Amino acid sequence: MADAVAQRPEAIKAVPVRHPGRWVAAVVVLAVAAAIVYTIAAAIQSDLTSFGSGWAAVGHYVFHRLILQGIVVTLELTVLAMVIGIILGVILAVMRISPNPVVSSVSWFYVWFFRGTPVLVQIFFWFNLNLILPHIGIGIPFTSIWWQVSTNTLITPFMAATLGLGLNEAAYMAEIVRAGIISVEHGQTEAAQALGMDRLLVMQRIVLPQAMRVIIPPTGNETISMLKTSSLAFAASVTELFTRQQQIATATYAVLELLIVASIWYLVMTSILTVGQYYLERRFGRGTQRGLPMTPFQRFRRMLVTFHAPPPATQEAPVVLPSEHR
Amino acid sequence: MAGTPMVKAEAVHKNFGRLEVLRGIDLEVAPREVMCMIGPSGSGKSTFLRCINHLEKIDAGRLSVDGELVGYRQQGDKLYELRDAEVCRKRSEIGMVFQRFNLFPHMTALENVIEAPLRVKRESRAVAVDQGRRLLERVGLAEKVNAYPNQLSGGQQQRVAIARALAMQPKLMLFDEPTSALDPELVGEVLDVMRGLAEDGMTMVVVTHEMGFAREVGDSLVFMDGGVVVEEGKPKAVLTNPQHERTRTFLSSVL
Ligand SMILES: Nc1ncnc2c1ncn2[C@@H]1O[C@H](COP(=O)(O)OP(=O)(O)O)[C@@H](O)[C@H]1O
Ligand SMILES: [Mg+2]
Repeated sequence: MADAVAQRPEAIKAVPVRHPGRWVAAVVVLAVAAAIVYTIAAAIQSDLTSFGSGWAAVGHYVFHRLILQGIVVTLELTVLAMVIGIILGVILAVMRISPNPVVSSVSWFYVWFFRGTPVLVQIFFWFNLNLILPHIGIGIPFTSIWWQVSTNTLITPFMAATLGLGLNEAAYMAEIVRAGIISVEHGQTEAAQALGMDRLLVMQRIVLPQAMRVIIPPTGNETISMLKTSSLAFAASVTELFTRQQQIATATYAVLELLIVASIWYLVMTSILTVGQYYLERRFGRGTQRGLPMTPFQRFRRMLVTFHAPPPATQEAPVVLPSEHR
Repeated sequence: MAGTPMVKAEAVHKNFGRLEVLRGIDLEVAPREVMCMIGPSGSGKSTFLRCINHLEKIDAGRLSVDGELVGYRQQGDKLYELRDAEVCRKRSEIGMVFQRFNLFPHMTALENVIEAPLRVKRESRAVAVDQGRRLLERVGLAEKVNAYPNQLSGGQQQRVAIARALAMQPKLMLFDEPTSALDPELVGEVLDVMRGLAEDGMTMVVVTHEMGFAREVGDSLVFMDGGVVVEEGKPKAVLTNPQHERTRTFLSSVL
């Protein structure tokens, strides 16, 4: 076959197809976007605040101590609520596919209830729990062992918001985890069972690790969404980012400027999470894809070069392994 | 045939809802015997193997492995369902190889093989790894210890699956069409491994369409159709001189 290689014809050189329509569309879209941004930016510029122009006020407050403190609280709320949501969500998902009908119904009911009522209502519920339940305690029946605290001590505003956000998130995470579990081929469970693994081992060692590939992307979206939804903690007077900007805005009348400050920080945080999510997805794709997809930077460079929509991840040529013989 | 049979089925029935899949299976597999099963698609071969391995519950009849009832414990004349832990223990003594390999894609070949010894038998990692390497060597894959399933050919994957089942030191191996999903040129390497197992005295029940294997390696051949055993005998006899019309029709359609 050596001469077949030698006879390879020279590579094709052709004039690429031009896409004038794409250029026109791009220019129109950019022009409209620029007009909108300019109008708003100019309006803020002309807004008079105690710091001069509106943008000066934005610059002053963007690193304000209260705003930075608010960011910390926002992050705490997000992390705690997601931790509660993920742990409880996994438990609910596993309960849902349990052969015990009572256990799976409880899980179904939980999801139905918490998905069917607004988060705001749930946060308010925990926040106002002391109105109907001034003390919370646990004890062992028929003994004098009894422990209780006042509801106000146990459920601080921060706790109320965390519970409201976390318990609500668990309902969504339960569905995400369940979808991940269902996505794992039944043959996997069967092979694991045939090896003598019990239900818990099968779930923990075989099904959940494979379900991760399906669970991670929407969980990333949920986390990003939670970062913003945590602003509802405003309703429980938790001093997170949104509440802080609102407090400053009320005192200084720089309402839009502070909304911009908050938006900048929300955008910064969600952007960081988006990048983190991307690399997490790559990591959990291991063993399921032969070639890793391009990183955003690689895609961006490629897009600049070709002005085409980024092509789907290039599939590496399958690794051909010689079948060794005994 | 002296001693306890490894598998003994008496009038085994199984239905899925109103569909009767097994309608009275009677057969015996002696220790060290290789029994091959053939039969048209949907005749209940896979279901029967799954019953042996406690993956399905039988509805009527008796099924026992190595003298112990499958799925139940008998005390006096009463049957008690086995608890989950007991079912798991029994499954761990029976190896099963599937048509679609079902390797764990997130684990390397070696990790696939040592998973059950580590987690189910709670062997030490050193012992499990040592055994795992030897098993992979035995199926001719010493070089592929660290490869992920998607880096292996179908034949290699199936050989890892066999090593994985052997790692639990089973007393019985069940094969459900182990070569049906393979490209023709890869069938031989898997059959070679199975032939080696048979030579080492492993008791095997093999659902297969490889008549050559059945003839050379099998001690007995069972033809199933419509949820019953239609014909059973020495492989050569059944293949060259079938007694039943249905067997003849089936053989002429596959040979
Ligand atoms: N879990 C199940 N639920 C309902 N029907 C099933 C199930 N498994 C198998 N069957 C049916 O049982 C019959 C026998 O299937 P199977 O044992 O797989 O046959 P074979 O392996 O001989 O091709 C088929 O009609 C199949 O559709
Ligand atoms: Mg089958």
